[in-house]
Amino acid sequence: MSDSAARPPINPSLAELFHAFSLVSISGFGGALPWARRMIVEQKRWMSTEEFNEAFALSQFLPGPNVINFSVVFGSRIAGPVGAVVALVGLLGPPLVIVTLLAILYERFGGVEVLSRILAGITAAATGLLIAVVAKMAAPIFLSRWNSAPVFAILAFAGVALMHWPLPYVFLGLAPFSIAFAWFKR
Amino acid sequence: MSSSPLTALFGYFALLSLFAVGGANAAIPEMHRVAVDVMHWMNDRQFADMFAISQVSPGPNVIIVALIGYHVAGLAGAAVAITAMCGPTCTLAFFIARTWDRFKEARWRMAIQAGIVPLSLGLIAASAFVLARAADHNIYAVLITAATAAVTFFTRINPLWLFAVAGILGLSGWL
Repeated sequence: MSDSAARPPINPSLAELFHAFSLVSISGFGGALPWARRMIVEQKRWMSTEEFNEAFALSQFLPGPNVINFSVVFGSRIAGPVGAVVALVGLLGPPLVIVTLLAILYERFGGVEVLSRILAGITAAATGLLIAVVAKMAAPIFLSRWNSAPVFAILAFAGVALMHWPLPYVFLGLAPFSIAFAWFKR
Repeated sequence: MSSSPLTALFGYFALLSLFAVGGANAAIPEMHRVAVDVMHWMNDRQFADMFAISQVSPGPNVIIVALIGYHVAGLAGAAVAITAMCGPTCTLAFFIARTWDRFKEARWRMAIQAGIVPLSLGLIAASAFVLARAADHNIYAVLITAATAAVTFFTRINPLWLFAVAGILGLSGWL
């Protein structure tokens, strides 16, 4: 608390906001969120760690990509709807330009043997990256004492990966029960 | 319903965005199901290629929807797909941010969040499963996947290095 009280209120201009989020977007390989934290909390000091964590908790609560939600939450706090749009465009604009250029190249050269070999290697590695994410997420859920969470994780996996059911059905079928169990566990 | 590919892209990604709990990685199996199995926009390998491109591109992983959109309907398709995928949740984020203080400590809010975590986990595991089926055609690809998983789990190495090594191994023609 004393930390945020002692800090002079710094209100970034729209240009600074755009610049910060576009820098975050192009440094953020494999998840932009750590970069957002570094930029906003450590370098610019626009938020204290607690403020950041709270805005992040809200971003996680909402559906959709966390870092995208975060840009809207942060931007709107700085300058209302305009700030939200500026932060969002800063975050999405540069990667969209890059990925669109890559899409154009892929549509032209995607069939070329050399390129598809390289991409096959990268896909294999990216799959391994996801498995590591799953392992890190699963450890606290599966290793804690008796609770219902692993059952819901396994059912969600089975419904989507093995049964090929549409995600909305799987989600709407499981979420009420999963949330109810979380409610009564406390 | 899918008279125009743009309409189909918009309706589909707008719906998906509301169920993408756990971010873009959790939505991969559903994107795969629709793009490959239902709409036949692309084959398995093209989908895996687009995932790889989105991983080596800077920025949030959600930009894979722009690649899918571009494949289906060019620049307009890319724009429509990313707008549909981000529009509804961003609007939600904007309005909920203003009332967050009122319910951030509420028990129902914490129950929802705690209840959704295992679903996100299951969905991201499903993503890994779907991608492994598309990518791991032989023992060398499986080894790359296993090695990357182990290195990422036990170290904090920048994934770009792993992608570079895997890309070179792929280029050498073993996969």
